Amino acid sequence: MLEQIDFTQVNWARAQFALTAMFHWIFVPLTLGLSFLVAFFESIYVKTGNLEWKRLTRFWMSLFAINFAIGVATGIIMEFEFGTNWSNYSWMVGDIFGAPLAVEGIFAFFIEATFFAVMFFGWDRVSQKTHLFATWMVAVGSNLSALWILVANGWMQLPVGMTFNPDLARFEMTNFWAVLFSPVAISKFTHTTASGFMLASVFVIGVSAWFLLKGRHLQLAKRSILVAATFGLLSGLFVAFSGDEAAFTNAHHQPMKLAAMESLYAGGVPSGLIPFGILDPAKQPGDGKDAFLLKVEVPGVLSLLANRVLTSFVPGIDDLLYGNPQQGIMSTGEKISRGKLAVAALASYKEAKQSGDPAAVEIALGELRANQDYLGYGYLERAEEAVPPVALTFYSFRAMIALGTVLMLVMLLFFYFTWKNRIAEQRWLLRLGVLSIFLAYLASEMGWVVAEVGRQPWAIQNLLPVTVANSNLTAGTVQATFFLFLAIFSTLLIAEIRILLKQIQTGPEGH
Amino acid sequence: MRVGAISNLLAMYVQGFRSMRLGRTLWAIILVKLVVLFTLARLLLPNQLQERFDNDQDRAAHVLGQLVRPPPAPGAR
Repeated sequence: MLEQIDFTQVNWARAQFALTAMFHWIFVPLTLGLSFLVAFFESIYVKTGNLEWKRLTRFWMSLFAINFAIGVATGIIMEFEFGTNWSNYSWMVGDIFGAPLAVEGIFAFFIEATFFAVMFFGWDRVSQKTHLFATWMVAVGSNLSALWILVANGWMQLPVGMTFNPDLARFEMTNFWAVLFSPVAISKFTHTTASGFMLASVFVIGVSAWFLLKGRHLQLAKRSILVAATFGLLSGLFVAFSGDEAAFTNAHHQPMKLAAMESLYAGGVPSGLIPFGILDPAKQPGDGKDAFLLKVEVPGVLSLLANRVLTSFVPGIDDLLYGNPQQGIMSTGEKISRGKLAVAALASYKEAKQSGDPAAVEIALGELRANQDYLGYGYLERAEEAVPPVALTFYSFRAMIALGTVLMLVMLLFFYFTWKNRIAEQRWLLRLGVLSIFLAYLASEMGWVVAEVGRQPWAIQNLLPVTVANSNLTAGTVQATFFLFLAIFSTLLIAEIRILLKQIQTGPEGH
Repeated sequence: MRVGAISNLLAMYVQGFRSMRLGRTLWAIILVKLVVLFTLARLLLPNQLQERFDNDQDRAAHVLGQLVRPPPAPGAR
């Protein structure tokens, strides 16, 4: 097994970034969702004047604070990793990422310096409405802060609103609004934040379920469950809707990712969706064999999801690799040829500039512009290098959807039994509620695995593969920091869980 | 009026920090973590282009050089 894993530097750099991003993502979705839940709880308190709702709000606010405190700055490590492990990429996207990340920084600073302070310190110092406003601003601000980093990620998946500057070797933004409102950025933001709302709702339900199992804070737990289950169910519906939109954008902008998500090798009219399947590990692109050892297929549904037309064609991995003239699909081999022309033109441009030959500069620039949409393919040697890890993408996608569906069912049951005031008797459901916290985190992380593993080998879709994006370091250097950060992140995670558990044990009295 | 509002705001921060219970632990964690993570990041994760080159022109030339050279063979590093 181990000998099959490629331990080159680029993979260690990938692993280190994945580790940091997945650790960071333990904190972010809870912040995104819990901030809104706290705002809902406080709104009910202000509306009703019932002090029990204030007590409840302050309890969940204390858990929000713990999560926020442990999560602070974990994302910053990724920015350092860009500079160290991905220096070429970092240089090339500096102009694009500068604006969104600067806006994010400004948002985060103002929110943390002002509204956070009012939210935590201002209970008896400002009016109820001012305090509520601050709480809502923290929720809105935290989510808007996430918008910018997701816009940056969306741009990597669909690089729009830019031009390549061959003098500086940089992508330069030409249209901020095209970057902000790109279909991938929009679907990524809506899907990601809504999944965070769902995760936070499950977290509140899970902790409340634990209180009910222990026979403590019963009223607080039931009230929390009703609000969280309502928010979670509505968010879950939106997650499904925005997930469908994400698959639609994948079909049109990242068809290889969709093909990997479905392990679809030979496209067809119509294409079926496979809710459950076991992949044949021996399957290779172009071998003509069935990709599945076992599968359950719903005919036509993939065509419907991908194109909104039941009888439409969805390209498979083989169509994308080897071309399909009937469907107007260019082969990856042809894209590699055009990419190599772009790389050669870039080299000619560089030489012509150095030798001061304006005519040669113009010719090289024309050649580069004509082929630059395929620039990244110029660094691939074989068409098959354009295929992401299919099994990991396929199974992660199914795990995410299956867990999401189970969580929706769990929230529905919690809502029903709490509404009927019979929740305390459903011991099995309460235990499942506690377990659901871990399932929600798993689903959330799996979503990122699909999004990021599914778009390999690209650091920037079609323009820059990871092998060129990374720095010229030795594998050992990256390996050492990988294990060091693994140890630090594990320590921080243990610290968070311990403090969270202690606060939950203490209950609403201690904050 | 304005002076009163500012002193009120300051008092909120001062009192808020003083009366913290859980918050003290969290602030300690935040500070220790920031120091540890930033120190390690600065030491172990240097910005390659910033360290190796003095100006943007040289950085651009280096990246351009990387873009026009053939990529390393798999397993080469």
